[in-house]
Amino acid sequence: MERLIFEYSRAGRRAHTLPDAPSVDFGWPERQALRLPEVSEIDVVRHYTRLSRQNYGVDNGFYPLGSCTMKYNPKVNEKFAEKFAGRNPQEADSANQDLLSKLYATERMLCQVFGYARFTLQPAAGAHGEFTGLLIIRAYHRDRGDARRTKILVPDAAHGTNPASCTLAGFQQVSIKSLQGGVDIADLKKHLDDTVAGLMLTNPNTLGLFEKNILQIADLVHTAGGLLYYDGANANATMGIAKPAAMGFDVCHINLHKTFSTPHGGGGPGAGPVGVSAALVPYLPCPVLDFAPEDGGHYYFNYALPKSIGQVHSFYGNVGVLLKAYAYLRIQGSAGLKKASALAVLNANYLKARLQKVYDIPYPRYCQHEFVISVQNFKKQYGVTAADIAKRLMDYGYHPPTVYFPLIVPECLMLEPTETEAKEELDAFCDALLQIAEEVRTNPALVKSAPHSTIIGRPDEVRAVKEPDLNYFNSLGVFSAYTR
Amino acid sequence: MAYLPHTESDIQEMLRVIGVQSIADLLGDVPASLRAEGLEEFGSVSEMELMAELDSSPGGQKDAPDTFCGAGRYDHFIPAVVPLLAGRSEFYTAYTPYQPEISQGTLTAIYEFQSMLCELTGLAIANASLYDGATALAEAVNMAVSTTGRREYVVVNLLSPNYRAVLATSLAPRQITEQKEITAQTAAVIFNLPDFHGLLSDWQPALNQAKASGALLIVCADPLLLSVLEPPRADIIVGEAQPLGNPQNFGGPALGYLAARQDFLRQMPGRIVGRTVDSKGRRSFVLTMQTREQHIRREKATSNICSNQALCALRAVIHMSYLGRSGLQTVAKLCKAHTDYAKQKLGGLPGFAVEQGEHFRDFVLHCPLSVKKLNIGLALTDKCLLLSVTEKNTRQQIDLLAEKLRGLGEAA
Repeated sequence: MERLIFEYSRAGRRAHTLPDAPSVDFGWPERQALRLPEVSEIDVVRHYTRLSRQNYGVDNGFYPLGSCTMKYNPKVNEKFAEKFAGRNPQEADSANQDLLSKLYATERMLCQVFGYARFTLQPAAGAHGEFTGLLIIRAYHRDRGDARRTKILVPDAAHGTNPASCTLAGFQQVSIKSLQGGVDIADLKKHLDDTVAGLMLTNPNTLGLFEKNILQIADLVHTAGGLLYYDGANANATMGIAKPAAMGFDVCHINLHKTFSTPHGGGGPGAGPVGVSAALVPYLPCPVLDFAPEDGGHYYFNYALPKSIGQVHSFYGNVGVLLKAYAYLRIQGSAGLKKASALAVLNANYLKARLQKVYDIPYPRYCQHEFVISVQNFKKQYGVTAADIAKRLMDYGYHPPTVYFPLIVPECLMLEPTETEAKEELDAFCDALLQIAEEVRTNPALVKSAPHSTIIGRPDEVRAVKEPDLNYFNSLGVFSAYTR
Repeated sequence: MAYLPHTESDIQEMLRVIGVQSIADLLGDVPASLRAEGLEEFGSVSEMELMAELDSSPGGQKDAPDTFCGAGRYDHFIPAVVPLLAGRSEFYTAYTPYQPEISQGTLTAIYEFQSMLCELTGLAIANASLYDGATALAEAVNMAVSTTGRREYVVVNLLSPNYRAVLATSLAPRQITEQKEITAQTAAVIFNLPDFHGLLSDWQPALNQAKASGALLIVCADPLLLSVLEPPRADIIVGEAQPLGNPQNFGGPALGYLAARQDFLRQMPGRIVGRTVDSKGRRSFVLTMQTREQHIRREKATSNICSNQALCALRAVIHMSYLGRSGLQTVAKLCKAHTDYAKQKLGGLPGFAVEQGEHFRDFVLHCPLSVKKLNIGLALTDKCLLLSVTEKNTRQQIDLLAEKLRGLGEAA
């Protein structure tokens, strides 16, 4: 086991080569104790190198994590974005024309792919984009003098962020039932009245199925006076196949860390730009990035937006991430994006076709970029759960698929191979899953106690909650002189 | 095509196994009218052409400029080990560590990050990070609202206008509003350390007022400053941790942090890593207290947040490990010494003036000329600049700035 960095500490050891501290007066008592590690440079380097080896990234291997689109993260993205890392956001626009031109071009390309009039690049993540989009819907209705619209309809298969974002944006969320892998139209109709502000939908949905009735759904919601919000979590299946704007969605967010290949970073930073139709442009967050064609052209941040919902980030969002997406968009071009979505659909259907002889596929239609399998039969017969299968995959060298989501399918695993995996990789993964199915029948205990080859076995998550230990110093029982 | 490994024969073989003629056959659920529309076309470039754009784009800066611009993001020294270690792709190409058996690297680093933030703030718990300082402050107000059942907040010293705008956008939809007076309706008293103009002041009066009215004290603190000063006795401390090992990134990605007293654990937003043991009793780290979060609680969650700034937090924890107490305190003291020197030097120029008090990094310079088009620091008004100095701004740079401003002042 790798120690914690604090456990390498030896009094008097140091890594840095800074000059001696000057004597200064802060006009305030200086603190005495600060228990940061006292370590040498080699301690830091070896510790974090060892920790990196206890992680599994896309660069380590296949990562079929459904709804997360773990595609390859091109290295040129990193190199490209790095060039702008030193820029301060308070500098005059005139000193950053090169950077602003890239951001503007990113916005234009997103508009071209998804069919929107404009995008704001400010939201720092998908959930942040949802919140922003819902505030835009709220502002739209209020601007029309219609403050009664307080409800947002959300299908029961939706990501958990959807209902949570509704609450934060001051809406009441109302759950809509699913039927045969899509929205239950009868249930939707029951809820459509003049208190409905909008409907949030993921399409393809979280089962990986394209919502066949999307045009009818959009028509119903619009006729009732509501707007449609597109959760772009699954946008990797849409490029060149169907524009969310053409499906009838008025507002959408796109996860650049999914569809546009920026790395997930072990949980962030991401970016969640929000696109809107022409009617909603006045409500975009402040500022928007505009272009004035006079005098050879000039990019500038426009704050003169009287109907704007306001600012959602301290500056213009995760620019470092936006630049990586720019690099990807430029290198792919529209033809590359189109091919990426088509191959994402091909890969998912290939995986599904190879697995369906052994695994139960609750919705056997052709899927889009991902699909769901259920191992409820394994559970009934052998006591082996979806989590067990997931853990056993680690022993075969894979990152497991998403488990237990969507909530409407029991014992499910959700697989999204993405387009950046070759056929051989998919074949090897299928072989592993088929082998595991065989193990379930012949040696279920082996699967139930997996993983066997990882640095740790299954952690005791109940204990983590019952006896929370969130801070090394508390766990030592040695509180700081200042801790309350 | 880039990043797409399929050969034509792969595609044909895969279609054969699926049992269709073409990929289009898989898209039968998509209405034909949508299929026909496709996307608007644009071209592609090679990697070589893309990188060449960096040198040919007009209107940019060649290198980090000498502009003394801070005001929320700061140009600090970042040791070489920080980008090199955080740039290991096992870290940056990983997803959120939902599978702890193959994510101990990220989980351990976040636990260390939480621990160091607790130590800096003097508070018992910290989360795994939030988008930026502004959204972290909004989340802290949410915590105060859910704890006190009140819906007002009061800011007692100068808050960044950007933070104020984000608070208003985030909180107004639920009728949580900023007020001027602390009353029995106040959920949170917000104190800035330092304030937007770099001024350091005493948080004790804010604590007394918060206590007297039953409100929580939220301090929005620069973490570097916390390395040298006694931490304020706040209920919640939040802020922007970009100065810890992260570049300015034109404002983002940034690194919001949030630390709180132990009893606010259930109200805390965002991811939290905890220590436990595995099936063989070995020390292990996991994402924990997840019943607060959106994927479990849905509309009743403490927040909608579904990510953290893990990679930025990793940079911060490597940075803090490398610098340690002596390094962080040295950086903070160099910043203060350079601020003092710049204030004395620039404030002494004929026609120029600085404000009284102790300042950290940022300070206001009143100028005898219009400063809007100078691009030196942030122009607050026509004749008023917010300048910022860090440990990287040498006396020589400050002297050069003084000469430049003296000339401009004389010409005006």
